[in-house]
Amino acid sequence: MTAYPQAMNKVQQDGQLLDATDRQIIVATQAGLPLVAEPFAALARQLGLETDEVLQRVADMQACGIIRRIAAVPNHYALGYIANGMSVWNVSDEHITELGGLIGGLDYVSHCYQRPRYLPLWPYNLFAMVHGRSRDDVMARVGAISALLGEHCRGHEVLYSKRILKKTGLRIKG
Amino acid sequence: MDSIDARLVNCLQDGLPVCPRPFDAIAANLGLSVDELLSRLQRLLDDKVLTRFGPMYNAESMGGALSLCAMQVPADRYDDIAGQVNAFPEVAHNYEREHLLNMWFVIATERPQQAGAVISQIEQATGCRVYDMPKQQEFYVGLKLAV
Repeated sequence: MTAYPQAMNKVQQDGQLLDATDRQIIVATQAGLPLVAEPFAALARQLGLETDEVLQRVADMQACGIIRRIAAVPNHYALGYIANGMSVWNVSDEHITELGGLIGGLDYVSHCYQRPRYLPLWPYNLFAMVHGRSRDDVMARVGAISALLGEHCRGHEVLYSKRILKKTGLRIKG
Repeated sequence: MDSIDARLVNCLQDGLPVCPRPFDAIAANLGLSVDELLSRLQRLLDDKVLTRFGPMYNAESMGGALSLCAMQVPADRYDDIAGQVNAFPEVAHNYEREHLLNMWFVIATERPQQAGAVISQIEQATGCRVYDMPKQQEFYVGLKLAV
């Protein structure tokens, strides 16, 4: 647990999600955190701030969900997870919250969301990106999801990507 | 990549504490000095086993918006339309997928209201309907790959 208390009130009181200093911290860490034993002190020096202020602001941003976590993002191809399929499911609306939580909690699923249907073309309301070491591996995991959803699922498909047409990171301006 | 690297990758996917020396506990668990841990982490990044290490920001919490959109694009105009769609700076990712809806892209804007305008412009430019599929509930974002 962090020693720095949550301070969501700051966000709620002034109605402003991010001030100029928060944005400075975001811009400075979008590419990553300095790889040193005391990364927040290094960041503070770089930005001309006190270390405690940087720690407090990062803790606040994590407490209110602006930062999901401070973590490594694996390159799934390099780790042998070369196959991924966007699985889409037609799940009964009354059970979707419970079922979405179940599927989203599987360790080979990333990006699990409820999204709108467009009938009749698109009946699917639950999206789960499934990662595996091969297409067979992905299909086996899709089979496991299908078993978990059971009678609450009326149909599903798996969409594989054929080509990356564009991929850029999200960038926030300073 | 050795077994310590594998354990390090697994630990680092969980998240670091926000404290002055966030690597200390993980290093101790793995029986490494912090310097050894950092040099392994640097090598995993250099070798592109990890794409990034740091805070994972949530665009929506920053006031921005992300929406997944799909289009049914005729095969004979596919590459031209891909070019038209990719030309919008708000289009962050775009994938060709095997389905009737064969083009899937993510629109990222700093304010939610801007997404609708971008979608209208894409429909006008391409003559294709855009199926806007913003998320209604998020169950989990992230991935824990066992190494």
